[in-house]
Amino acid sequence: MFEGLSEKLGSVFDRLRGRGALSEADVDTALREVRLALIEADVALSVIKSFMTVVREKAVGSDVLKSVTPGQMVIKIVNDALVDMLGPDDIPLNLNTTPPAVILMVGLQGSGKTTTTGKLARQLFQKDKKSVMLASLDVSRPAAREQLRLLGEEAGVAVLPEQDNENPIAIAKRAMQAAKLKSADILILDTAGRTTVDAALMAEAQDIAKLTKPIEILLVADAMTGQDAVTTATAFKEAMDVSGIILTRADGDSRGGAALSMRHVTGCPIKFLGVGEKQDALESFNAERMAGRILGMGDVVGLVEKAAETIEAEEAERMAKRMAKGQFDMTDFLTQLRQLKKMGGMGGLLGMLPGIGKMQKAIKAAGIDDNYFNKQEAIILSMNSRERRQVGLLNASRRRRIAEGSGTSVQDVNKLVKQYQDMAKMMKRLGKGGGGDPAALASMFGGGAGGGDVMGGMPPGSAPGSAPGEMPDLSKLGGGMPGLGGMPGLGKGGFPGLGGMSRFGGKKKKR
Amino acid sequence: MSFFGRLKAGLGKTASRLTETITSVVTKKKLDQATLDDLLDALVMADLGMEASEKLIKNLKSKRFNSEVTEDEIKETLAEGVAEILAPVAIPLTPDPNRTPFVVLMVGVNGSGKTTTAGKLAELWQSEGKTVIMAAADTFRAAAIDQLKLWGDRTGTEVIHGAPGGDAAAIAYQGLEKAIHASADILIIDTAGRLQAKQELMDELAKISRVLGKKDIDAPHATILVLDGTVGQNAISQVKAFHEATPLTGLIVTKLDGSARGGIVVALAEQFGFPLHAVGVGESKDDLKPFEALDFGRALAGIDDNAADAD
Repeated sequence: MFEGLSEKLGSVFDRLRGRGALSEADVDTALREVRLALIEADVALSVIKSFMTVVREKAVGSDVLKSVTPGQMVIKIVNDALVDMLGPDDIPLNLNTTPPAVILMVGLQGSGKTTTTGKLARQLFQKDKKSVMLASLDVSRPAAREQLRLLGEEAGVAVLPEQDNENPIAIAKRAMQAAKLKSADILILDTAGRTTVDAALMAEAQDIAKLTKPIEILLVADAMTGQDAVTTATAFKEAMDVSGIILTRADGDSRGGAALSMRHVTGCPIKFLGVGEKQDALESFNAERMAGRILGMGDVVGLVEKAAETIEAEEAERMAKRMAKGQFDMTDFLTQLRQLKKMGGMGGLLGMLPGIGKMQKAIKAAGIDDNYFNKQEAIILSMNSRERRQVGLLNASRRRRIAEGSGTSVQDVNKLVKQYQDMAKMMKRLGKGGGGDPAALASMFGGGAGGGDVMGGMPPGSAPGSAPGEMPDLSKLGGGMPGLGGMPGLGKGGFPGLGGMSRFGGKKKKR
Repeated sequence: MSFFGRLKAGLGKTASRLTETITSVVTKKKLDQATLDDLLDALVMADLGMEASEKLIKNLKSKRFNSEVTEDEIKETLAEGVAEILAPVAIPLTPDPNRTPFVVLMVGVNGSGKTTTAGKLAELWQSEGKTVIMAAADTFRAAAIDQLKLWGDRTGTEVIHGAPGGDAAAIAYQGLEKAIHASADILIIDTAGRLQAKQELMDELAKISRVLGKKDIDAPHATILVLDGTVGQNAISQVKAFHEATPLTGLIVTKLDGSARGGIVVALAEQFGFPLHAVGVGESKDDLKPFEALDFGRALAGIDDNAADAD
C-alpha cells in the first residue's frame, strides 16, 4: 500500500534536494507534484485541497533549519501534516458497556465485512480472552451466513444458528437474546453489504442500530476505493453513528488514498487494517507508519521493531567485531541470511524500507526472492566447516560437490562465493574506516541488479525514532540506505542481515 | 428499465456532482482556462484519472476554447468525448458456438463480485437455451462453494466442486472434463479472489489456465477480469497484473448502481483497450447489462435524456 505514492514523492524530492533555500516557487513546484501524486493515489480531491492549504501555509512561512536541505524541510512538513490528518492511532475498541457489547459491522458490498468480522472475533477471543458471539444479518448474499459460521468455528467462537425465512431485525433480536443467555462479553453483528444509494437497506441498518444499541459501529472499507471513498464514508456517517473505520486489503498494492479521505471526512479513527487472507491478518493502525510510507520513508518503525524482536544484541555485537577485523566468514554470511529470512524474508523486509519502490523492482528483476535465500542457505550448508572458514579452498571439484549436495548448479555456487567475497572485501574496508561505493551493496545482493542505478532513485528519508515535532537527524541518512543509519536499538553492529550498510551510508553523506 | 435508465439512476450522484460543477463553473460567457481547470477536477473526482481527464479537457479546449458555450454544450462535448474513448471497447460477451464447451474463466481481486457475476452469466445463457456448467474453483474463501451452489440451484445450473481447501486447478480441470462429457455449451469457472500484489496467488491463476489448456488447447476461451466499480486508480494495476498472469480477453465492471462513478473504465479503455463486456447495475440476476458507450458518457456528464429512457 502506498508504494506508488512514495516513489512519486521520492522523485519530486530528489529534484528539490541540494538547493540552497526554500523559495515560494520551490514549495509550489513540490506541492503541485504532491497534489498529482495524491490524485493518483485516489485521495479525494476535496481532501487534497484542505491538505494542501495546511501544508502550504506551514511550508512557506517556516524557516529552513541550517542542518537540512529545503527538500527535507518540505518532507518534514508534509509528513507532519499527514500524520496529523491520519491520526490518532491505536484507538482501542470501546467495550465499556453492560455486556453484551454490541459491535455492528457495516460497509459496501464486497468490502470484506464478513472476513473482517471473523478476524475481529478471533482477536477478541484469542488475544483479549473475551467471550464472543457472532451473528450474520446478511440474508441477501447467498451463503453469507454459512461463511460467517465457518469463520466463527475456525476462530472458536459461538455463532448464532441460522433459521429460515427470518428478516435481519428478527435475527438481531434473537442474537441479542442468545448473547445475553450465553453471557457473552461481545456480540458482533455482520450486516448485508449495501450501496450507499440504497435507501431501504440503509434504513434497515438504522433500525438494527436502534434495536441493538451498538457501542461500536465499524465501517469496513476497501483500501482500494477511489474517489467514492468520501461519498461512502459520508453517507454511512450521516445515516448512523459510525465510531471507527477498518480498512481492508491494505496488503495490496493500492496507494490507499481512501485512508486519508475517509479519516478526514468522517472524523472517525481508523482502528484496524486488514492485511492478508489469513484470519490473523488484522493489525492496529499506526498513523506515523502510514504517513511514513506515503512519503517514501518506509515503515521504518515496523522494521526496527521487527529487527529488535529477531536479532539478539549479543549476536550483533559479535558480528560487528568480526566485521571490523575482516574475519567475516561463510558461517557469518549464513547467520545474516537466516536473520534476513526471520525478519520476513526479502519481501517483508523490503516492503518496510524507505523509498524502496524502484529498488524492489530491480531486485525482483534480478530474481532475488526468498527462494534465492533458501538456495544460498543450502549451498553454505553443503560446505564443510573448513570450507566455511577458508573460502579459498573451494576448487572446481569442491564446488561441484557442493552444487550437487545443495541441489544447485556450479554457477550458483560461484555466484554465492563472488557475493561473499564482495561483501567480505567491503567489510574489511569498513573496518579500516575507509569509504565505499554504495553500488557494491546492490551487487552483493545479486550482482547485475545494476548497483548505483538501483539505489539512485531513493529519496532522502527521515530518521526514525525522533520525537514528534523534532527535526529528524537527517545527517545520519546516506545515499545508500536512507533511514537505516539512525536506527535505534541495534547497537554497534549496524544492521545485521544487511551487513555494514548503515554505517556505510552515514559516512557517505558526510563527505 | 433501460440500460440508460439504470445507469443514470446508479450514476445519479456522480452525474449530479459533475453537473453541479459544470453549472457552477459556467458562469462566464467564454470557456477560459480557469473553467477548464475546474472541469478537469470534476472528471478526476469521477475516477477518470489524470491522463484520461486531461485528454478530455484538451479535446474540449480544442473545440470550444474562448468561444461562447452553454452548459449543455459542455456536457454534450464531454459525453461525446467519453463515448469516443469507450465505443471501441463496448463489445458484448458472446460465446463462440463453434467452440464448445466455451470456457469462461472469471478472475479478480477479493470482493469484486466474481461469484455473483458468474451466477448472472449462467442465468443469462441458460435463458438463451444454452447448457451451462459452473466450476467452483474458489476453494479458499469460506462458503464460496456454497455461494456458487446456491446460484446453481437458482439458475438450474450444474456446479462442479470439490472440498474446501482443495486444488483450484484440479476443480477447473474436472469442470472441463464434465462439460465435454455432457456436451455443455459453456463452462464458467469461478476462481478465488486474489490481490494482484500476491505473486504466488497470481501464479496459481496461471496454473489454472495452463491446466485447462491440456484438455483443450484453446481453453480458456474467455478470461474475464471482474472489477469493482468503486475501485479507483488501482484498477489499472489490477488489469496489468491479471493480464500478465493469464491473458485477459475482457472486463466486467460491477457495482455501478451505487454512488461510484466508474469513471475508471475511461482510463482503462484509454490505456489498455480490453473489451468491456458488461456492467453490473444491481443485485438481481437481470442486472448485468451489456455496456453502451454513449449512454455511459451521457450518464457520466449528467445529461437528462428522456428519449433514451423510453426504449
